[in-house]
Amino acid sequence: MPEVTPGETDDGVQIDLISGARMEGLTSMEKIRLILDGVREGNIVVLEEGLSPDEESKLIEVTMTEISPDEFNGIEIETYPQSGTQKQGLLDRLIGTASPKKLTVIGPANQIETLHKDENLISALVSRK
Amino acid sequence: MGLLTELRNSISRAVDRMFSDADPKRIGIYGPPNAGKTTLANRIARDWTGDAVGPESHIPHETRRARRKENVEIERDGKSVRIDIVDTPGVTTKVDYKEFLDHDMEKDDAVRRSREATEGVAEAMHWLREDVDGVIYVLDSTEDPFTQVNTMLIGIIESQDLPVLIFANKTDLDDSNVQRVANAFPQHETVPLSALEGNNMDEVYGKIAEYFG
Repeated sequence: MPEVTPGETDDGVQIDLISGARMEGLTSMEKIRLILDGVREGNIVVLEEGLSPDEESKLIEVTMTEISPDEFNGIEIETYPQSGTQKQGLLDRLIGTASPKKLTVIGPANQIETLHKDENLISALVSRK
Repeated sequence: MGLLTELRNSISRAVDRMFSDADPKRIGIYGPPNAGKTTLANRIARDWTGDAVGPESHIPHETRRARRKENVEIERDGKSVRIDIVDTPGVTTKVDYKEFLDHDMEKDDAVRRSREATEGVAEAMHWLREDVDGVIYVLDSTEDPFTQVNTMLIGIIESQDLPVLIFANKTDLDDSNVQRVANAFPQHETVPLSALEGNNMDEVYGKIAEYFG
């Protein structure tokens, strides 16, 4: 399939599916920058493996600093609820059973609306700018 | 976060808690906008110090700066617990000034309010990572608790190993559904209350003393 440059996607919505491998070598701020740069261009970003709670916290913080009237209203973010939402202790995280791996969808707040979410399905309506 | 950094932080927190009993615990009141956080903070502060923390409003993002009420001493069962209450702005991932225009606000005021709100949310997230010893998570029990912000915030709080109590607020309203809140976060204790009416505050203070004392 021929590659399309961003300028050629004006009449559509670009979806970036970012693999866990692509995110693995990045620092927290690099991940957040990658996400927000895409979202601010109007793209829908889908992360194969999501973010850690600490990174989610920083994503909210950085998003807030970038909100600008009539330009960027923030983000809509959806992940599957963690099954059972059980508290996991330090030991769980040390032995790796508290992996943050959860598919995450992030988009501009004014372009994506969650229609339905449960433990197995995220249904979202995406509109053009 | 690296494994060693996480381990070091976790040990540091535990040590801090063991040796800082004389200092008041900083308890952050968190939750989505309009859950009744400031109403609760004011209720606690008035009951134990006679002063309020800040103004309450039905307009979202009335609280746009984290406000602290220091040295609130709560007495329960012959013991007393000293806490600093930190009332925080409602956490969200989006702020659109246009939603304030529906509350009879001029555009300039709405833009200013939205800018202050975004700064306040950023500040609240920073407090959560750095500066609180425990969390009261307030939810409007008439609303669906299964939202992304609630799920993320509870996950962030758990990852910090902070003690947390879930308060299902607004039980005075007909649509209140405390069980739905309890079902959303079964790993944490849910306490029903009406901060506005002062209902069930005995249990609220008992749990605060038990969890944060």
